[in-house]
Amino acid sequence: MRDTTSAAPHTSATPLLQTVGLTKRYGSFLANDKIDLDVWPQQIHALLGENGAGKSTLVKAIYGLVQPSEGELRWEGQTMVLSGPSQARARGIGMVFQHFSLFDNLTVAENVALGLDGKESFKEMSARLQQVSRSYGLPLDPKREVWQLSVGERQRIEIVRALMQNPKFLILDEPTAVLTPQEADQLFVVLERLKSEGRAILYISHKLEEVKRLCDTATILRGGRKVSTCNPKAETAASLARMMVGTEIKEVKPAASREITVPRLVINDLNLEPDDAHGVHLKGISLELRGGEILGIAGVAGNGQDELFAALSGERLARDPGTIVIEGIAAGHLSISRRRKLGAAFVPEERLGHGTAPRMRLSENALLTGHAAGNMVQHGFVNTAATLNAVDRATETFDVRKAKRDPEAASLSGGNLQKFIVGREILRNPAVLVVSQPTWGVDAGAAAVIRQALLDLAAGGAAVLVTSQDLDELIEISDRIAVMFHGHLSASLPTAEASREKLGLLMGGSSLETKEQAHAADT
Amino acid sequence: MELIEAIILSVLAASTPLLLAATGELVAERSGVLNLGVEGMMIVGAACGFGGAWLTGSIIIGALCGMLAGVLMSLLFAAMALGLAVNQVATGLALTIFGVGLSGLIGARFVGERITPAPHLQIPFVTDIPLIGRILFGEDAFVYLSLALVAAVWWFLYRTRAGLILRACGDNHVSAHALGYPVLKIRMYAVMFGGACAGLAGAYLPLAYTPFFIPGMTAGRGWIALALTVFASWLPGRLVIGAYLFGAVTILQLHAQGAGIGIPSQFMSSLPYLATVIVLVLLSRARTGGSTAPAALGTVFVPDR
Repeated sequence: MRDTTSAAPHTSATPLLQTVGLTKRYGSFLANDKIDLDVWPQQIHALLGENGAGKSTLVKAIYGLVQPSEGELRWEGQTMVLSGPSQARARGIGMVFQHFSLFDNLTVAENVALGLDGKESFKEMSARLQQVSRSYGLPLDPKREVWQLSVGERQRIEIVRALMQNPKFLILDEPTAVLTPQEADQLFVVLERLKSEGRAILYISHKLEEVKRLCDTATILRGGRKVSTCNPKAETAASLARMMVGTEIKEVKPAASREITVPRLVINDLNLEPDDAHGVHLKGISLELRGGEILGIAGVAGNGQDELFAALSGERLARDPGTIVIEGIAAGHLSISRRRKLGAAFVPEERLGHGTAPRMRLSENALLTGHAAGNMVQHGFVNTAATLNAVDRATETFDVRKAKRDPEAASLSGGNLQKFIVGREILRNPAVLVVSQPTWGVDAGAAAVIRQALLDLAAGGAAVLVTSQDLDELIEISDRIAVMFHGHLSASLPTAEASREKLGLLMGGSSLETKEQAHAADT
Repeated sequence: MELIEAIILSVLAASTPLLLAATGELVAERSGVLNLGVEGMMIVGAACGFGGAWLTGSIIIGALCGMLAGVLMSLLFAAMALGLAVNQVATGLALTIFGVGLSGLIGARFVGERITPAPHLQIPFVTDIPLIGRILFGEDAFVYLSLALVAAVWWFLYRTRAGLILRACGDNHVSAHALGYPVLKIRMYAVMFGGACAGLAGAYLPLAYTPFFIPGMTAGRGWIALALTVFASWLPGRLVIGAYLFGAVTILQLHAQGAGIGIPSQFMSSLPYLATVIVLVLLSRARTGGSTAPAALGTVFVPDR
C-alpha cells in the first residue's frame, strides 16, 4: 500500500473528518474492511472504486445511515457516533444522493424542507431557499412538483438542500452520472466555489478524467479495502483505473479493418408527434447506417433521443411504413417482435423496468426479447433449457457476476445487469443493434467490456446505433457522430472531424438554429 | 317539508360513519399503507363499542371502547404488514374476515339488548328554527366530531411538518428512509390512527344510528369508506363531499324503494362504486404526470441497516 497523501497544504492541524479502521459487516460479507480516510477542510477528496467496492457503504456510515461494525468516525479530531442522518446534518455533514432522495409528488420547497431539521418556519425556509439557490447560480422554482422537472433540475434540488444546512462537509455520490457535459461543468464551478469557502467535499465517481480535473486527493477502494490514497493530478487515468480494478483495464480496440457493407437501417424523413405533453416532436429525421458501422448520437438528454428509440424499437409506430427501413424492408408500421424477426435488437436506457422486468429471473428476461426468433418457444411452450442456456452463454461471454445461476434481474448490480442485457441482445446475432446509454452508471471494467462488444458486433457486419450522453464514449467507439437537438438530428460527422467543441456547439443547437431561421425567412 | 328534513337528517347520520372511517384510512394511505381491513376494524369496533356502552351505560366509554378495539385490530395489521413485511392486500383482507368472526363472538351476548342512543344537541330556540335548526344544531356529537376531524386532518397533512413527513413516506419510502425518517414507525402511527377512526365509525352504528347490536351491522360500510378515499383522490376536503354523496345515495335508495320508484335497488347501491370509477378516470385524464395516489401506496418497505 502506498500513501503519497495530497500535495495541497492543509489549512488546519486536524482533518475535518476521519474514519479509523472503519469496518462494516453484512452477515459474513465485509462491505468495508478497516478503512482509514482523512478529509481536510478546503479539499475535494475523490472516493474511487468499482461498483461493489464499498464506496456507498462508507459514505452511508459517514452520513449515519448505517452503523459501523468496528472502527470509529472522528469529527475535528473527536470521536463521533451517529445514530441517524439528522445527527450527521446537525454536525454539518450534507449528502447528495446518487439515486435522488426526492419525492416526486411534493413541491421543491417541501422536498427541501424534508432534508432540513425544521427549526425555521416553512415561509422562512422558502425565502432562504430562493436566496441560496440564486447565490450559487442554481435557479429553482419552489412551487413546482418534482415530477415536472428534468434530471439536472432534480439534482439542483439535492444540492441546494444540502447547501441550505451550510455544511462543512459535503458528500456527493456520482453527481455527474446523469448530467450532460455542460451541466457537469456548471456543477464543477459550484464545487470549486464551495471548496474556496473552506468546505470539504467527498466526491464519489468513476469518471477518472473528471476526478483528475477536480479533486485534490483520491482514495481508492477495491473489494471493501482501501488500496491507496494519492494525488489524482499526478496520476494518469490508466494508473487510477488499474488501482480501481486491480488488473489492467483492457483497452477498447476497434478491429483493424472493417468492411462497410449494405445499408441495414435507414430512416427516411421520420416525423412523429409526442404522445404526452412532456414529449419531444421528432422532425424530419433521416439517416443511413450500413453494416460494419457504428453511428453515435450525441445530445443533451430530453432532445428526442427517447422518442427516437421508441420509434425505432416499435414501441411507437410511425404513420408511414417507409420511414424506417430495417434490412431493406419497410418496418415503420411493424410491431417490436416483427422488427426483431427482421434481425433488429434493442437495448433501452433504463435497465430495470424497461430493459428487464426487475422481479423476473434472468432466464425469463431472456425469453422476453428472445421469443420472437430462435428456439426459446416451441409449439407455444417455453423451452426452459433454451432460456437457461441463453443466460449461461451471456454469463460466460460477458463475465456477468451473480450470486446464483438464474437470479432475479433486480438482484444484479447495475454493471452486471447491463452486461447481461447487452449480451442477451448481441448473442442473438442481430443485423441491427439500437442501444441507448450503453454504459450509464456502469463501472469502468464493465463499460470496457460493453464497448468492446459493440465494436466486435460491428466488425462482424452488424449496424450499430448508439445514443449516449457520454461524448468520450461516442468518440471512442463511433465511426460517425450526429447530434440531436429539439427533435432534429444533425448530419453526421466522421469521428475524426468531430471535436468536443464542434459537438458541444451542435448540442447547443447553434448550426441547426441558423438553418431554421433561414427556413423561417424563406416562408 | 317534514320529509325533506327527515331525509337530510338520515343522510347525515348515514354519512358520518363513512366519513369517520374514510378519514382514518386516508391518513393511513397517505403514509403509504393500504389497509383493506377497514370493514373488519369497524365491525369489531361496533361490537366492543356497544359492549362498553351497555356495561357502563356511558356512550363516551362505549365510543372509547370502539376506538381501542379498532387500534388493537390495526396493530395486528401493522405487526404483519409492517413488522413482518407481509403483502398488505392479503393482510387487510384477512383482517376483515377475522374481524367479522371476532365481532360475532364478542357481540353474541349483546344481541337483543338495547341502550339509550347518543343524545342530540339541543339549544333552546336555535334548534327549533324550522328546517335548518335541527339539521345544523340538532345532531349528535359524532356528526360534529367527524367534520372537526376532517378539518384537523387537513391541517395536519398540509400545515404541519409531521404531516409533510407522513406524506413523504407515502410518496417514496426509500428517500424518506435515506433522509433519516423512521418510515415504519410513522406508518404504524398512521395505521393506528386509521384503526381508531374505523373503530369509532363502527361504534357509531350501535351507539347513535340504531341503539342495538346485530352481527354484521356494518354491512359493507368499510368497503364504501375505502372506495371513498379513492373517490376523494386522497384529499380530505373532497372526502366530505364524497361521504355525503355516498350517504345520500344509500338513503335515497331506501326512499326510492319505499315510494315504489321502479329503479332496481341493486343499481342504486352500485352507484357510489360507479361514481368512484368515473372519478378515477376523470382524474387520470386531467393530470398529465405524477400521480394522484400516494406513489408508495401498498408497497412493502424493508429498511436496510
